[in-house]
Amino acid sequence: MTAKPADERKLWGLLAEFATPHDLVRAAARVRDAGYTKWDAHTPFPVHGLDGAMGIRPTRLPYLVLGAGMIGTASALLMQWWMNAVDYPLIISGKPFNSLPADIPVTFELTVLLASLTAFIGMLALNALPRFHHPLFRNAAFRRATTDAFFLAIEATDPRFDPAETERLLVAERATRVLPVQE
Amino acid sequence: MGVATIDRVSRDNTSTDPKVRAPLVLPGNDYASITDKVCGIVEAQKPPKAWYLAFGIAASLTAVLGAMVVYLISTGVGVWGLNKPVSWGFDITNFVFWVGIGHAGTLISAILYLFRQKWRTGINRFAEAMTIFAVICALMFPGIHVGRIWLEYWIAPLPNQMNMWPNFRSPLLWDFFAVGTYFTVSLCFWYMGMIPDIATVRDRATTKVRQIAYGIAALGWNGSNRHWHRYERAYLLLAGLATPLVLSVHSIVSFDFATSMLPGWHATIFPPYFVAGAIFGGFAMVLLLAVPCRSWFGLKDVITPRHLENMCKILLATGMMVGYAYAIEFFISWYSGNPAEGFVFINRAFGPYAWAYWTMVFCNVVTPQVFWSRRARSNPLVIFGVAACVNVGMWFERFVIIVTTLSRDFLPSSWSSYTPTWVEGLTLAGSFGLFFTMFLLFLRFLPMVAMAEVKAIMPAPHDPERR
Repeated sequence: MTAKPADERKLWGLLAEFATPHDLVRAAARVRDAGYTKWDAHTPFPVHGLDGAMGIRPTRLPYLVLGAGMIGTASALLMQWWMNAVDYPLIISGKPFNSLPADIPVTFELTVLLASLTAFIGMLALNALPRFHHPLFRNAAFRRATTDAFFLAIEATDPRFDPAETERLLVAERATRVLPVQE
Repeated sequence: MGVATIDRVSRDNTSTDPKVRAPLVLPGNDYASITDKVCGIVEAQKPPKAWYLAFGIAASLTAVLGAMVVYLISTGVGVWGLNKPVSWGFDITNFVFWVGIGHAGTLISAILYLFRQKWRTGINRFAEAMTIFAVICALMFPGIHVGRIWLEYWIAPLPNQMNMWPNFRSPLLWDFFAVGTYFTVSLCFWYMGMIPDIATVRDRATTKVRQIAYGIAALGWNGSNRHWHRYERAYLLLAGLATPLVLSVHSIVSFDFATSMLPGWHATIFPPYFVAGAIFGGFAMVLLLAVPCRSWFGLKDVITPRHLENMCKILLATGMMVGYAYAIEFFISWYSGNPAEGFVFINRAFGPYAWAYWTMVFCNVVTPQVFWSRRARSNPLVIFGVAACVNVGMWFERFVIIVTTLSRDFLPSSWSSYTPTWVEGLTLAGSFGLFFTMFLLFLRFLPMVAMAEVKAIMPAPHDPERR
């Protein structure tokens, strides 16, 4: 595949840079109120108040973690009961084959193990990561998004997107610069 | 160097004005300077000379460890000084020692996170790394001490040629699950915390190799706030899960002893006593590493005197908890009226291993007392010395618990003493080599301070137009 010059490629969206996290939060609230849906903010660290300004609904990750934890508890109890009381009963110092108190440590550990792995892998999966290619990565200015720059990107596929109108909105919200991003 | 030091001291008013809180990051830094300082370590053409020296020693010791393990496995456990009744010696002492070291990282990253202790951000990354490497060293010892290591998989609940399942009523099996889970969860926590910082290194990379290597490790992180939202929630959940986990792990390690019937081991105080000791020993190791690292790599603005002072206070508090446990053990052995119990404790303090006992008491109970003084808490040399003492003391604590009890059980005719062989000594030294090799590689190739977290607790830049 040969790369086409930048201006011939399709427009992916607009990238606006803001000087401070405060400006970004205010602009995000305005972009949300203007009815945009396919847009995102990119910051070097989680900015306080940005979730609310963008109107991000709480993630369902905690429910996944709770479910995984309960599966961990149940499978640990079943495993220990089946292995030590049913399939191969072990006589240990006259204790009952199915002794719940002795099962608690392993049950606890498996609960935490499954819940934690779900928190980590679930976070990646819900974020659709790993994703090694992204149009924003083509933009040299965007590299500072992981250091000290605060960006807001609106995608061209957004129903309300209009190159001129959207740029005006971002400039009015005190974006220090607005850059086009190609696919 | 001189001017910079004086300037730094004058701007950090921790020691002069007690009414003002010391800043978390010293003034004169912004987001970019934090990135430059931390990434600069990873991007430097060459690490400091001290790094090469330390790495040379550590790597040589790791080679010694490899040789000792090969010798042990090819010859048999007889190359160690173990006997009947002392069937645990350096191996399990080292295991408990390293697992204990591994507790501070998760304590800093999870428990201090839940308590909103913002100062943790300067030190959590390398404390977590230390945890991972310490747990790797710990896991090695039960792994190699079983003798026939090729039958190791019998401990896992896997179908095997004997058609038998493991005994879930054994604390040794609980240990396998506890330490295994702890390692896995700590690894997730550490790696997840590092993803945004690896992305920073990726975005600054100038060579193809670095772009690809850090690019893969960063998983395509682009700082999206929709991602940050789930990321922060996952971080909170992991902290909430890791907090009871870290307390459970050393509790379960203590069950290895407490659920047995041996005098000196069969005590209900063991779980909290072991957890306090683990945090104590772990923080000592964090300090031991932080004091040289912050000056070698120019991170005194991020790992400030306030961080060191806070850790010294934790060391003092947990040291006194440990001292209290030592005292209560003696009290209970007298109060129980059990002659075997009473004998074991008299024997600990005045028997053949009394030198080990008093080394432990001196290192763990006496030396941390210097931290009542603010001058000691703000002197890196004193901190380093005390941290080294505590590491020695915590190693001896496990040695005393294991060897004094095993060598003198109920029946005098079965008494024996234990002397480690050169193989055990070199294996212990080698485990330090392995630990430091991994830690030094981490310092060289991964961001040792959680940049994204430090930036989040820094004051936001002022709005130039508004003011």
